Amino acid sequence: MNNNLIQYILGIADNSLILGQRLGELCGHGPSIETDIALTNISLDLLGQTRSYFQYVAQLQGGDANEDTVAFLRLEREYKNVLLVEQPNTDFGYSIARQFLYDVYHLALLEELQDSKDEQLAAIATKSIKEVLYHVRFSSDWIRRLGDGTEESHNRIQTAINDLWIFTDELFHQTDADKVMVAEGIGVDVAMLKENYYKKVTAILEEATLQIPEVEYFQKGGKQGIHSEHMGYILTEMQYMQRTYPNMTW
Amino acid sequence: MTEQLIPIDQELLDILETVSDPEIPVLTIVDMGVVRSAKIENQKVYVEITSTYSGCPAMDTIADDIKAAFKQKGYEASVAVILKPAWTTDWITSKGRAALEKYGIAAPLSEHADKEALLGNKKLVKCPQCGSQQTKVLSQFGSTACKALFQCEDCKEPFDYFKCLK
Repeated sequence: MNNNLIQYILGIADNSLILGQRLGELCGHGPSIETDIALTNISLDLLGQTRSYFQYVAQLQGGDANEDTVAFLRLEREYKNVLLVEQPNTDFGYSIARQFLYDVYHLALLEELQDSKDEQLAAIATKSIKEVLYHVRFSSDWIRRLGDGTEESHNRIQTAINDLWIFTDELFHQTDADKVMVAEGIGVDVAMLKENYYKKVTAILEEATLQIPEVEYFQKGGKQGIHSEHMGYILTEMQYMQRTYPNMTW
Repeated sequence: MTEQLIPIDQELLDILETVSDPEIPVLTIVDMGVVRSAKIENQKVYVEITSTYSGCPAMDTIADDIKAAFKQKGYEASVAVILKPAWTTDWITSKGRAALEKYGIAAPLSEHADKEALLGNKKLVKCPQCGSQQTKVLSQFGSTACKALFQCEDCKEPFDYFKCLK
């Protein structure tokens, strides 16, 4: 069993899982029918991608592992998603800001992962890119609309961007598993994506008449399994059925 | 649009064509382009399908429906979902496109035209009800992952547009 490969895949897949779960909370609660449908469609895409990754992880783990055991039966410290994606849906501005800051990174990551030496990861990336292009378009559009909208919408999206900005740097941190996988031509060197990421994000924020936050300290920890206070609540809800009725199926 | 024809034995093809997409019942899974291969080995049928979107909830149903269709004809079938090459709307056959339009779903445009239409820059999607091109996008995301919601400004009917995926 290739533990580095498994950890590497979880580092990518858990972002999709937790962000998908967060977006799923908005099902039936979106501010308008169109945004409600859009956010849950994006959630569905992310969970679909997660399934492809988890099926691969389960195959690598062997034995009784399956996509559900990977998704539902791990402990908090075993989830390797970044802190950004677990941040709550404080208001629509926060949901859009979180989505935008993640989407731009996600697309850049997948563009590189398409060339991975691991055929399965390359195939998942190639498929996912088509979906993520729609996500980036949606969240970028809303950044522009809210930023260049009314005074109220401008202030609220600016507040959300300011609050979430401290979680962006973690996207570009390499874990030990990352380093091994990069050396083997399987993983993407995320540090290389950083410059272009901030360039793209900055360009759209400026178009939206928003300020680029200046911070001295960035939060990190999710990639090591050290999560924010929100993570426990997410897992409690997400794992409830499998913990209460082990091995249940729909 | 390039129509990709998958070589499949006529006998198997006839059975596969009885299985329709559960979300768009007028479209067979063959016309949808999700069947990637089918063969018989030692009396057992092996079918490979690919998903339209990763999160498409219809995939499990389609796999079950394929198995049931073959069982009715006395075959045991095993269905595998493959990821590569990734599905594209170009694989929807011309018969499939016609079926979509007739059902009230506008068929996908070319990649460039699709983007212009979805961003609301140009009016390019034809209303499947009255044929007018005076249509506007209501939502880039629609009732399923593969569709966007449009409205015709002439006959006022809202309708689904099957988004281009390349």
